[in-house]
Amino acid sequence: MAEQKRRNQILTTVSILLLLGFIYFAENYLDLYIVRILNVCAIYAILGMSMNLINGFTGLFSLGHAGFMAVGAYTTALLTMPPAVKQQIFYLTPLIKPLDQMNLAFPLALLVGGLLTALVGSMIAAPVLRLKGDYLAIATLGFAEIIRVVFTNTQSITNGALGLKGIPALTNLWWSFGTAAFTLVVLLSLINSSYGRALKAIREDETAAEAMGINLAKHKTLSFVTGAFFAGIGGGLLGNLLGTIDPKMFSFMFTFNILLIVVLGGMGSLTGSIISAFIVTFANEYLRFLDESINLGFFVLRGKVGMRSVVFSATLMFVVLFYRHGLMGSKEFSWDRLLASRVCQRMQGCFKKRLLKGGYDQ
Amino acid sequence: MTLDLFLQHLSNGISLGSLYALIAIGYTMVYGILRLINFAHGDIFMMATYFAFFGIVTFRIPWFITFPLVLVLTAGLGMGVETVAYRPLREAPKISLLISAIGASFFLENLTIVLFGGVPKPFPAPKLFTDVVQVGAVSIQKLTFYIPIVTVIALLGLMYLINKTKTGMAMRAVSMDHETARVMGININRTISFTFGLGSFLAAVGGIMWGMKFPQIQPLMGVIPGLKCFIAAVIGGIGNIGGAVIGGFILGIGEIMLVAFLPDLTGYRDAFAFVLLILILMSKPTGILGEKTAEKV
Amino acid sequence: MSLLKLTEVTMNFGGLTALKSFNLELAPGEIVGLSGPNGAGKTTVFNVITGVYEPSHGQIFFMEQEITGMRPDLITKAGIARTFQNIRLFKGLSVMENVLIAHHLHLKANYLAAMLKLPGYRREEREMRERSLALLERVGLADLRDEQAGALPYGMQRRLEIARALATNPKLLLLDEPAAGMNPKEAEDLTAFIKEIQTEFDLTIFLIEHHMDVVMNISELIYVLDYGMTIAGGKPAEVQNNQRVIEAYLGVNEDVED
Ligand SMILES: Nc1ncnc2c1ncn2[C@@H]1O[C@H](COP(=O)(O)OP(=O)(O)OP(=O)(O)O)[C@@H](O)[C@H]1O
Ligand SMILES: [Mg+2]
Repeated sequence: MAEQKRRNQILTTVSILLLLGFIYFAENYLDLYIVRILNVCAIYAILGMSMNLINGFTGLFSLGHAGFMAVGAYTTALLTMPPAVKQQIFYLTPLIKPLDQMNLAFPLALLVGGLLTALVGSMIAAPVLRLKGDYLAIATLGFAEIIRVVFTNTQSITNGALGLKGIPALTNLWWSFGTAAFTLVVLLSLINSSYGRALKAIREDETAAEAMGINLAKHKTLSFVTGAFFAGIGGGLLGNLLGTIDPKMFSFMFTFNILLIVVLGGMGSLTGSIISAFIVTFANEYLRFLDESINLGFFVLRGKVGMRSVVFSATLMFVVLFYRHGLMGSKEFSWDRLLASRVCQRMQGCFKKRLLKGGYDQ
Repeated sequence: MTLDLFLQHLSNGISLGSLYALIAIGYTMVYGILRLINFAHGDIFMMATYFAFFGIVTFRIPWFITFPLVLVLTAGLGMGVETVAYRPLREAPKISLLISAIGASFFLENLTIVLFGGVPKPFPAPKLFTDVVQVGAVSIQKLTFYIPIVTVIALLGLMYLINKTKTGMAMRAVSMDHETARVMGININRTISFTFGLGSFLAAVGGIMWGMKFPQIQPLMGVIPGLKCFIAAVIGGIGNIGGAVIGGFILGIGEIMLVAFLPDLTGYRDAFAFVLLILILMSKPTGILGEKTAEKV
Repeated sequence: MSLLKLTEVTMNFGGLTALKSFNLELAPGEIVGLSGPNGAGKTTVFNVITGVYEPSHGQIFFMEQEITGMRPDLITKAGIARTFQNIRLFKGLSVMENVLIAHHLHLKANYLAAMLKLPGYRREEREMRERSLALLERVGLADLRDEQAGALPYGMQRRLEIARALATNPKLLLLDEPAAGMNPKEAEDLTAFIKEIQTEFDLTIFLIEHHMDVVMNISELIYVLDYGMTIAGGKPAEVQNNQRVIEAYLGVNEDVED
């Protein structure tokens, strides 16, 4: 038992070191395109985990994630853009004071973005969280749409439909992976705490949870606001990665993508969300050929715009219909399970055999 | 604002409201029977306009044959969506059903993009409907008058079907309680399927008229009307057909009047429905005609 | 002094009166039964006491404080715990977690302290675990603490639900048909168990039981409902011979036969 624990600790430490090494390598030597995809993976992991907290762990079917991301993205962008750039972009309607002169360090701007999103989340929570199931879904979706419409119409803050351009590219792998790791650690700790158990109780049975003395409004709000906070930070990272944002970007489609990640990874599994964030993001890139025509030299393979989304929505339906628990169900990643898995057993078997053949004692 | 102008806005509001009502009924019926937001309903409505487009433009079938065909095809599509995306999930948690609904919706939208392209197409509205008549100082499309009339006819038919026929009775029984209905010997699956067909049929009626009123069709055209009509259904009291009609009119007329009287808020037009939704959910969550029920514990 | 007092409590659902002018007084330390045929309004009594429904009329007092229409979690906090007729465990969670959750209402550490695992929170968590384990040992489920609650056999689920209710540290325990679906032997064991925990945890118990013999056995006082009306109340022996009670039950039997 203790030995197993030690082994797991060693494995975890080694993996973290490997990851750090990989990030260093990627930042310095990998192709920019790949680095960008990796950044998107980590950001989607953050967004997926935050949505999972609300939907998977608390059982609140919230579809407002795109709205949260928008608040975070705009806040962080506006706080990090140099005043000169802002002046240039806001040529139709000038940016209001004091935003036009403000300029914060990236981490601070992210934090403000997260907190502001949390604030918006808490304002939405009061009316919305009294609703259940579909009503909650449609009301949160409505709020996200309202946020989008408001952002399109408040030119003097958001530059309206034109969006923001020239956002400094401050997001790098250290920030995105670092934030993702931080999100994972905090949320894992949360769901394993007494509060996390209360959230799961609400998911399992609201009436029983309330009969056990759990204040539903309070706990749902905590979950919702925490989810909003991390979604806002994720949005901020994304804006400063892409360099441009506009209200159209934060439509329901975006929420849908995050939902796909959550469902595929397993509702109620944070590590599942991370794994599926990587799968979905890479699939999104490598399935691009579906949308574009590729010239094979002798033959042009005709792609069709939208094909990728067809594949994605079909995947979502397929997962829900036949594979409802997703990759991880409601379990978290663990070394014990990984090592006990069949593939791993076989690999270990091969490994040992080879060692013995080589004449070593195990 | 002159009286003429006001009347023009009002008639516009009424015809928009009629369209909303027709689509809202589909949401309310499905919700009544499955307790599910059929996210794909707006897309089924969109598909109807494409069916009409292909009938008239591609296959050159006259409109009076195309339109009935469209109604049947769309009803079939609705039933198909139910069979594939919802039926296997009868016993699954609610959240799976909702996700499947969202998946079905996106699937239909993107499939349309792939098959028919994302570029808007002109809807082939027969001249008979789009002619303009002169009423006092304002000119109004004939369509504006036809839409409410068609809506009323469709509603009367629906009322008859629900209240006077055996199938209608089965629908009402199933929406009360699946178990009891089963015990009474009602075929649940067939009844649910029929409900989807009926809702989609009405959405197609709305879709054809929508296409004539706003003669540009594109794959995502169902999204916003879909959401708005679900909201109309909630405002009226979900599960209640009369409520869906009332909600549709409130939304349609309200939207037109908002833009007419407060032109500054035009940009917020699409948010109007959501604001209204949130207000109603805060004050009377069961909607205007909905009854208060306590969940049995 | 009465622990719980209901005066003229009425509950209407639309046109249906599920409970009419119901009066009740429970003294500390009593075991009182509530009986009556199907649909008589028994569970409704529990639901209005625990705040699941707000009564249409009437008042409810717990330890001299009015709790009518109060939020269910606050009522539980005040000291009323319950079980449900159709067992409502947190099925997907472990046995241990089910009991731990019921301790949550006494947690003093705030959200951030718990998220950051501050020392104060850690101590409380440890204590919660110890207490939960002790409770599970008491009800004989300690060995199954890591099992999924929904996977337990029926009888054990009932016990777990009682353990979970006890974890909220109640003064008054409401049991909704705890012996439902049990054979006579199991029902007898359960009766003994209820009596034991009553003294051990210093509880007042109000229980619904459909089967007259079980209530008779355990309760000092019995109330009988029929169509929302109180048709009898008193010592088991008196109630047993009450003409209206007999009729009400015979009525049920006729229903069952056809
Ligand atoms: N939330 C509700 N909405 C509508 N009617 C309800 C509700 N809850 C209970 N009722 C009705 O109130 C009446 C009493 O129900 P209750 O559950 O209290 O009966 P009971 O005595 O517990 O019966 P059983 O022995 O079957 O448990 C029944 O007719 C029931 O249908
Ligand atoms: Mg009962």
